[in-house]
Amino acid sequence: MADQTLPIAGVDITPRRRSTAQMLEWLHGWVVTVDHKRLGILYMVYGIFFLLVAGVEALAIRVQLAWPGMHFLSPETYNEFFTMHGTTMVFLVGMTIIFGFGNYLVPLMIGARDMAFPRLNAFSFWLTAFGGLLLYYSFIGGFGLYGMGAAPDTTWWAYAPLTEKAFSPGHAVDYWALSLIVMGFGTLGTAINVIATTLSMRCRGMTLLRMPLFVWLMLVTSGLTLVTITPLTAAQIMLTIDRYLGGHFFDTQAGGSAVVWAHFFWIFGHPEVYVLVLPAFAIANEIIPVFSRKAIFGYPAMVAASVGIAFVSLGVWAHHMFTIGMTSVGNTFFVLSTMLVGIPTGIKIFNWLATLWGGKIRFAPPMLFCLAFLFQFLLAGLTGIMLSVAPWDWQLHNSYFVIAHFHYVLVGAIVFNIFAGIYYWYPKVTGRMLSDTLGKWHFWLFLIGFHLTFDTMHFVGFLGMPRSIYTYEPDRGWNTLNFWISVGGMIQGIAVLIFAWNLVHSYFKGKEAGNDPWDAWTLEWAVPSPPPVYNFAADPVVRSRRPLWDLKHPDDPDWKYEA
Amino acid sequence: MSAIPVSVGMERWELPSRGRVAMLSLITGESAIFTIFVVAYIYYIGNSLTPPYPAQVLEIPFFNTVCLLSSSVTIWLAERQIERGKMRAFAAWWALTIVLGAIFIGGTAMEWHKLIYIDGLTIRTNLFGTTFYSLVGLHATHVGVGLIGLLTILLFTLTGHVRVEHSERIQVFALYWHFVDAVWVVVFTVVYIVGR
Repeated sequence: MADQTLPIAGVDITPRRRSTAQMLEWLHGWVVTVDHKRLGILYMVYGIFFLLVAGVEALAIRVQLAWPGMHFLSPETYNEFFTMHGTTMVFLVGMTIIFGFGNYLVPLMIGARDMAFPRLNAFSFWLTAFGGLLLYYSFIGGFGLYGMGAAPDTTWWAYAPLTEKAFSPGHAVDYWALSLIVMGFGTLGTAINVIATTLSMRCRGMTLLRMPLFVWLMLVTSGLTLVTITPLTAAQIMLTIDRYLGGHFFDTQAGGSAVVWAHFFWIFGHPEVYVLVLPAFAIANEIIPVFSRKAIFGYPAMVAASVGIAFVSLGVWAHHMFTIGMTSVGNTFFVLSTMLVGIPTGIKIFNWLATLWGGKIRFAPPMLFCLAFLFQFLLAGLTGIMLSVAPWDWQLHNSYFVIAHFHYVLVGAIVFNIFAGIYYWYPKVTGRMLSDTLGKWHFWLFLIGFHLTFDTMHFVGFLGMPRSIYTYEPDRGWNTLNFWISVGGMIQGIAVLIFAWNLVHSYFKGKEAGNDPWDAWTLEWAVPSPPPVYNFAADPVVRSRRPLWDLKHPDDPDWKYEA
Repeated sequence: MSAIPVSVGMERWELPSRGRVAMLSLITGESAIFTIFVVAYIYYIGNSLTPPYPAQVLEIPFFNTVCLLSSSVTIWLAERQIERGKMRAFAAWWALTIVLGAIFIGGTAMEWHKLIYIDGLTIRTNLFGTTFYSLVGLHATHVGVGLIGLLTILLFTLTGHVRVEHSERIQVFALYWHFVDAVWVVVFTVVYIVGR
């Protein structure tokens, strides 16, 4: 096919021996690109790189905690590492990878040539990229002219007044605030772009209720991002005003309030969890039907539940603050609103189960990760309901039980589905399949490591181990459990290395994928792998939710059954 | 190579303008930023430990407010003129919008000059100073950005680069200006009426 000889994103077709000039031209092409596919790949590569960085930070933390009285890290470095681990995972890994998926897939799935605003897209990516570099530059420049560098060490939620100039001198917190402001604008730009693309760039016949659920969830996520990232930006501007201009927003000595920071941070911080988890749902919504050989069960209910989650998530933030002290009315409100989230998420879980029911399930790596996600997300939701009960939270707040709960969401649900998505769409992006064998090693090792680490964490939490502590006394009864948590961390590390090797190895040696290796139904599988720059040679027209099914089964098309 | 057959004779296919969708999205995001600053302002009303207090130093900027709000009307008139292709009238109303916006910014500058040099209120004096300069400054920054955009469009209009087919883009930009004006209503109410 003529299309495949074109210079295409992700595939290097230049001859093996290249002159420096050709190398520079190739590099220049990636730097100035406005192609949504290339930017999507850049987001993904950037996110996976920082996944490894923040993973190393997590492992260093686990080595430090593996045994009581360890001195693997200094106390200062330990604080910096858990702050950077959290900040990196949320902003540089989670956000970049979900928008990487969104960038790459949304235009392809709705049959569009590119995003609505390609240059804004590139601008947003580079803002995000340089924001991340700004954060990591603090390791060198954090203390400014004082000499040694220092990363921020105030935890990723950075409660005031610890972040005020008096308690955090130097520039570490400044780098943290500035980088989040810069990345915040990058994210805002991408969110606007995704919304404009989904609403205004759909191909003929792609009505809102025929959009793939992936696109629906990216739309909801982006809408939520608009009102989620911006409060953080506002709070960071206030913090910067306090630190640079001598303002008093969070200065309790001058009538300011530290609790206000906590509110503003969690007004961002809680919906942010949904900004990250909705794209994970989006990936499951594509993979589970294809690997069950059935259309998704309850499409309209899935859409409604996603929109519902987005709305409810805006009114639950103070469940992070039960121990700060609120009125009983406040507590009750946030207990009930938090429990309310369980309803739409429950609808989703049942719909996924109903999709599996009676299906012809194929246990390929993408599906394995999605199946694990289903069970882990259920457990994460259940501990979430437990923690939403204020008295229970008073008991376990800031213990390892909380750490276990949110890592069950962030790793057990989001990271598992990110892996699933990468196994699923890697053939489309590169034209080659990821190795199935390595994929299964990755899956099983990661699954075992995950459960060893995070199941065990619930129990040290019950035994009273608080989060963010540098070390602990040997007589607390936490020793063995902590040791196994760390072992689990190492196993996950090995699994991720296998995954990284798979990504590189399969890029050169993987099996040719063809257009549609999974026999799937959405539009991105109608174009060659990797897709040509222009995506579709002729604008597609769709008549149902599964346009490729219609094409493959002209005798029994979906549009006969859909209203 | 699209394998999807193009069937002819389908219903009309119209989608919302991407510029309008994007600008409305931006406005939604910006509203969240302003909400946080407004909430902080309201929460901190009366919490300053030291003078000067708002009632002692703030004067209600009626003239400024009238100017900024009427600029929403003039830009709307400009939008109507470009739709009809009357470029000279468009340029005139557009220029008037800029003048009104500039008067507003100038008025704010004079107000701040008085507050800083006569009343001795700076951003670090007390909590009122911090919240006042932040909120009003955030809004003034948006007016400033809007003025830069308005001026750029005026220059392109005077050099003949803006034509009738750009009327939709002009309307998208005008949405931003309307938003900035609407925010002023909130800021004005909170700062000069509730907070004084």
